[in-house]
Amino acid sequence: MESNIKMRTENLDFFYRNFQALHHISIEFVQNRVTALIGPSGCGKSTYLRCLNRMNDLIPGITVKGKALLDNQDIYDPSIDVVTLRRRVGMVFQKPNPFPKSIFENIAYGLKVNGVKDKAKITQIVEKSLKQAAIWDEVKYRINESALGLSGGQQQRLCIARALAVDPEVLLMDEPASALDPIATQKIEELIGKLSSKLTIIIVTHNMQQAARVSDRTAFFYMGKLVEINDTDTLFTKPGLKQTEDYITGRFG
Amino acid sequence: MKRQIIDKGVHSTFLLIALFSIAALSLIMVFLFIEGIPIFDQITIKEFVFGQYWYPTDDPTAFGILALILGSVYVTILSGMMAIPLGIMTAVYLAEIAPPKVAEIVKPIVELMASIPSVVIGFFGMVIVAPFIQKLFNIPVGLNMFNASLMLAFMAVPTICSISEDAIFSVPVAVKEASFALGATHFETIAKVIIPASLSGICTAIILGLSRAIGETMVVLMAAGGAAMIPGSFFDPVRPLPASIAAEMAEAPFRSEHYHALFAIGIVLFLFTLIFNLFADYLSHKFRQVGEASL
Amino acid sequence: MIKKRLFMQKMCFSFLRMAVLINGAALAVILYFILSRGWRAISWEFLTQAPRDSMTAGGILPCIVGTISLCLITTFVALPIGVASAIYLNEYATQGKLVRIIRLGINNLAGVPSIVFGLFGLAFFCIVLKMGVSVAAGGLTLGIMTLPVIIGASEEALKSVPNTYREASLAMGATKWQTIRRVILPVAFPGIITGSILGLSRAAGETAPIMYTGAVFFTPDLPTSIFDEVMALPYHIYVLATAGTNIEATRHLQYGTALVLIVLVLGMNLFAIILRSKMRKKLRI
Repeated sequence: MESNIKMRTENLDFFYRNFQALHHISIEFVQNRVTALIGPSGCGKSTYLRCLNRMNDLIPGITVKGKALLDNQDIYDPSIDVVTLRRRVGMVFQKPNPFPKSIFENIAYGLKVNGVKDKAKITQIVEKSLKQAAIWDEVKYRINESALGLSGGQQQRLCIARALAVDPEVLLMDEPASALDPIATQKIEELIGKLSSKLTIIIVTHNMQQAARVSDRTAFFYMGKLVEINDTDTLFTKPGLKQTEDYITGRFG
Repeated sequence: MKRQIIDKGVHSTFLLIALFSIAALSLIMVFLFIEGIPIFDQITIKEFVFGQYWYPTDDPTAFGILALILGSVYVTILSGMMAIPLGIMTAVYLAEIAPPKVAEIVKPIVELMASIPSVVIGFFGMVIVAPFIQKLFNIPVGLNMFNASLMLAFMAVPTICSISEDAIFSVPVAVKEASFALGATHFETIAKVIIPASLSGICTAIILGLSRAIGETMVVLMAAGGAAMIPGSFFDPVRPLPASIAAEMAEAPFRSEHYHALFAIGIVLFLFTLIFNLFADYLSHKFRQVGEASL
Repeated sequence: MIKKRLFMQKMCFSFLRMAVLINGAALAVILYFILSRGWRAISWEFLTQAPRDSMTAGGILPCIVGTISLCLITTFVALPIGVASAIYLNEYATQGKLVRIIRLGINNLAGVPSIVFGLFGLAFFCIVLKMGVSVAAGGLTLGIMTLPVIIGASEEALKSVPNTYREASLAMGATKWQTIRRVILPVAFPGIITGSILGLSRAAGETAPIMYTGAVFFTPDLPTSIFDEVMALPYHIYVLATAGTNIEATRHLQYGTALVLIVLVLGMNLFAIILRSKMRKKLRI
């Protein structure tokens, strides 16, 4: 079992100035599985997610205590290079955020900054990533047009393709479908299912049906604490705690 | 990793470059003092600042700049009396009541006012306004305190207007709506809610506008009349601090008493604007509007 | 009661409109006089020849060239330093004492009177650095004076780049500098250029800082090196209007020079605005 754990945190605390936003969070993320983080707004699920690729480092006045391990290596260890970490742990954001460049350049960007110079290789990876993100057929004839001309759903799949291009081992998704319509959402969800065969995915969502549909395991956060984590089926059908049950049945949140 | 090292190098380089502004400001102070302090071997600071007579080339010389200071202060106050109401009223109009189409015309007008070179405004004051007010008020000279103040006001309005407009614009809409919901008219909302809420920004605007007026050179050089006397009326000619420096530097021999005295005037002028700016900075930090809760 | 309040509102709003009208009228009067009296002086000869007969006839070519060369030096000084400072302040710096001090320095530099810049330029560039009265000394003086404007404009442009671009780039394993160079600067570029040109146009119209550092009363020669002294449009207006050999007889030349200066300054502004809208369109392909 131990060897299947791609990423885990042990007693992770997160402080913003004097405010403690996360309390002793310990979760194990199984390789090539989808883990959903659910909970009401402000419960700390997004903050937790952003601890996993050290995106919170950008905010001044934060402190992280405890451990976060990727392949048994602490990502907050001073010897860790945060740039390399972020290449290994990709991220897709709440709102689609393609760069104001062409579709091709959006995908090629990650490769270029990570030192890939071979043009043919770049072209090949761009195509592969777009195919993986199930958007290739829609954009293959307009690959040099601005990415800002795509619809919201297409933009989000483009952002997923962009994240895939640098070949991450873990993919963090922060409510990736919250800004999209139901059809675009469905496409993203299908995509998550496909990608999980190759990637460890951690997805934050406030939509419990979505968590139930796409994830293998679900963690329920409340007020900066991890309340319960279990196989998604178990958590939704036989929640262990009253608090979890209240939330998933819609009594609060 | 090579690119991470580059990243650190770039960071330090940018920091060094960002320090350039402070270095420049310090150098300015250093050189003003190096060239200005020697005059105080001849006279005391008190004699310099409060001396009534400025005869830098007579024999014996007199280096009292009270008349110049008062010239600057009067001209600034008088221009402020014109520019402050105009600037703030224009800002209120733009931020609150101008229909978008009108605002699209008025904003460029204000920007255009700001972009006209000061020498052109001074020139205009000299050749058009001076004969006009000479005739209108039946006075001997048209180049005087009133003329210079009028021209300075024209230059201060855009500064006051644009900074005030930003301040008024940043008042949260919710606050405005709350006032409307209580049955206040639009004007009452402006007068009792919006202006008080943006007061610190408006004060900053006024100070920066006046700071611009007191430091402005070409207008007072060309339109103020240039007499180094304490003025008795609006229509007396004056010689504000910047005008003295600009007019006399050409004839002051290098490192003579006169030369040092002009740099000392520069120190006084610099201190004036420094105090204005520090005060503006203090105001904008002390009363910074933070969201809706700060009101 | 409500009638009275609405009447009050109507009255006060008319006052506000009046304030705007006064501004507009003042601008219109100035532009009218400069335009109507200036255009008569404008001729091909006026724009392409040096002044003659103790500056009572001839043209203003040396002034135009002088002002443009001063402006170029100003650009070389202020643009790189200004943009780099803005990048530091907006992208690298975290809130703290140092940043507070740097900002205070920039704000105060912005408030230094133009004639004080002139004094400084004279004492430092002309005398200590032995540049004499030259394009270099004048341009450096103007450059330092323009720096706060360019920093402000660049920061404004950088601030308008959505944070999600930064996050997306960093999340892919780009370094900060890669993010700035490849994502942020291209997006902010139109804003930076527009703001900078606006700042430079102000420098082009300044007189006091160059009076004793770069510009001279009269020189018929065009500058051949950056250590030459030059004539400049704003200083030429001042000289003709206050110290010329025959002030009344050269009025039309004064108006003409003022018109050329205004056209140059407003032309730069217009160019900046057009450039911005073009580049914005291009960015969206």
